[in-house]
Amino acid sequence: MDFTYSPGEQAMIEEYKRQGKILRQHARYWEEHESEVPPEEFPESADNPTPLLKLAIDKEGDSSGIVMGMMVTIYNSWGDTLSMKMGPGALGNAALAAAGTPEQKERWGNTRLAMSITEPGCGSDSKAVQTTAVLDGDEWVLNGDKIFVTTGVRADGVVVWATIDKSAGRAGIKSFIVMKGTPGFELVRKEKKLGIRADDTAALRFDDCRIPRDHLLGGDETVPKAGSGGFKGVMKTFNMTRPAVGAGGIGKALASHDHVTEQLAEQGFEVDWEKGRQNRSTIEQTMLETEADLEAATLTVYRAAWLSGQKKPNNLEASVAKSKGGEVARTGPQRMIEVLGAVGITHDHLVEKWLRDGRISDIYEGTGQIQRLIIAREIFGYTSAELD
Amino acid sequence: MIDFSLTEEQEMIRDAARNFAQNELVDRARDADEEFNLPEDVTEGAWAMGFVAGAIPEANGGVGMDRSPTTNVLVLEELGAGCPSLASGAMSPSLFVNPLIDFGTDEQKAEYLPAFTGESFTAGTLAMQEPDFSFDPANIKTSATLSNGEYTLNGVKRLVPLAESSDHILVLAKTGEGIGLDTLDAFIVPRDASGLSISNERERTIGFQAVPHYTVTLDNVKVGASQRLGGEQGIDGARLVNSIRIGAAALAVGCARAATEFAIDYAKERHAFGKPIAQKQAIAFMIADMHTEVDAMRWMVWKAAALLEQNHPDATKATTLAQNYVQRKAMKVADDGIQVFGGHGFIRELPVEMWFRHMRTLTIIEGPVAA
Repeated sequence: MDFTYSPGEQAMIEEYKRQGKILRQHARYWEEHESEVPPEEFPESADNPTPLLKLAIDKEGDSSGIVMGMMVTIYNSWGDTLSMKMGPGALGNAALAAAGTPEQKERWGNTRLAMSITEPGCGSDSKAVQTTAVLDGDEWVLNGDKIFVTTGVRADGVVVWATIDKSAGRAGIKSFIVMKGTPGFELVRKEKKLGIRADDTAALRFDDCRIPRDHLLGGDETVPKAGSGGFKGVMKTFNMTRPAVGAGGIGKALASHDHVTEQLAEQGFEVDWEKGRQNRSTIEQTMLETEADLEAATLTVYRAAWLSGQKKPNNLEASVAKSKGGEVARTGPQRMIEVLGAVGITHDHLVEKWLRDGRISDIYEGTGQIQRLIIAREIFGYTSAELD
Repeated sequence: MIDFSLTEEQEMIRDAARNFAQNELVDRARDADEEFNLPEDVTEGAWAMGFVAGAIPEANGGVGMDRSPTTNVLVLEELGAGCPSLASGAMSPSLFVNPLIDFGTDEQKAEYLPAFTGESFTAGTLAMQEPDFSFDPANIKTSATLSNGEYTLNGVKRLVPLAESSDHILVLAKTGEGIGLDTLDAFIVPRDASGLSISNERERTIGFQAVPHYTVTLDNVKVGASQRLGGEQGIDGARLVNSIRIGAAALAVGCARAATEFAIDYAKERHAFGKPIAQKQAIAFMIADMHTEVDAMRWMVWKAAALLEQNHPDATKATTLAQNYVQRKAMKVADDGIQVFGGHGFIRELPVEMWFRHMRTLTIIEGPVAA
């Protein structure tokens, strides 16, 4: 049992914070130039190589790679939504890597592919996808509207979900690779959002968009019979995307808390950890409770990651982590604005931005309510049919 | 390194504690509460398991197991899942024994610890809580004034468990001025010391009714300088208070876990409007949150215990955060535990109303056990 960071991890975290503060200098500009897409690499990146290099100090006592990945996600998110230097690829590339045929991986592996699932009429209930793909000769014909496509403006193409048989429900849904420039594939707009405005989020339209037959991801055109697959209540599976999204939300809330802690320190105020409950000021209590909530959420994220590193199933813990991360992303910055008072809503501070940025954390990758469904199915031993 | 693993020894001790709690505490809890009775076979049973005295050094007649707060929180969670009230009664001597192990001089250990190495339960206790609403261990009101080589103690202590049956009471007091846990001192005071009086009546409380608590009044109680725990050096007040706060939090995690597991079973059996209430999101989500918070609370407690064990400079911060989190969330879990059962949760047949009362106790007092 150990809950301390190794010297290398500490150095890495400090470096993420230092670079994060550089990125914050760009934060307002890109937030206010929402229709533009930020550069893939900021000029400062030449002098600021990845903080991961700091780990090299001393490998002794480092956490498992998966746990460390969560540290990276928290403190990468701590600075701002901007990245010093974007990596290659996007969410669609993960789908290609997981489900693509060797030929498909060879052909599109070096492009940037967004993932397109959500539609105006369906979000969490992804089996309700309305976009259709109809085979016409040797071509698929796609029709439908897609929204909330992360990296959709910048991407070279998308992996898009469409149904080839509506009567089959989830089993009828297939993924297709559609590259930009294909006739009938339109980039409708960059979405205008509450937060993460610099983040590239697209709305797409497919209007009799024809793609070759071999653009079906994985190449399997069959539709399994209903009930052959199914969604078990207790999934002995690994999941690290949910804890990662929780970690991102924690990063924003932590940034808010750290910022306000600094602001208070400038005015000579700090939390006295020894003082008893009955003698704390309201501000002390608020700072303390917010930090406790952040700590609790962070530990649930590390727990989910640690289990995965131990090759133990973490479906339940992944949703616990996502649910806690999403919660503190909402409550943390809210309370930090309360501590700052009226000036907290102004652009003097980035806290109002982090409140808006972090708000998505309890929505994407499964809303807090979807997480509770998953948790409840696990602890009751229910299938999705028994608890829907 | 972030590492949630337990040693094999810790897993064994935890499993033994779980068996003991499920077999010896669960079925005794209701009667003990109704009858204001801490059954002797419960205290003897826990004693025989070595939960209290295991870490007494061999030099003092003990078995000399590691003095390990991380192992202790595993045990306390299990005991708390059985019955936090009986657990606290059986573990009360840890309030005397653990500080003696941690801070006692060689002479003090040699004098007071052997009494706890016997085969039978031996009561021991700590007098901490005070009557003021602004009671704060960092600013305790009970005073100890040094004059002519002896200390004079004055103050009132509330909710002292097992005071009446303990030969010695460890009394928390302040020898100087100022605020902070480093102002704390502890004195080993014989129960029959002149000027020390124990209330005739037991304290009546919302929960923990099985455990006899008393008001202890110190009116010019004189003790020799050798009775000051740690001798001239005194004690590490933060470490003492941290271990007590972590102990209470660990019991609360266990109790919250029991309430959650009980609610899960009930919700799957109880039908309303044609199906189990567990299949209704209003109930399912409430219980999902209970589960989530039990997890989150446990990791908070583990972290605080691990830092305490390492004597880490952030141990006090981690403890205060864990205490705060557990006090809020454990109470909510016990409260929602009643809600799941509706009217049945209000009847003194099922344990849920009892857990609710125990939890209110556990999340207010600083700690009935030391981790």
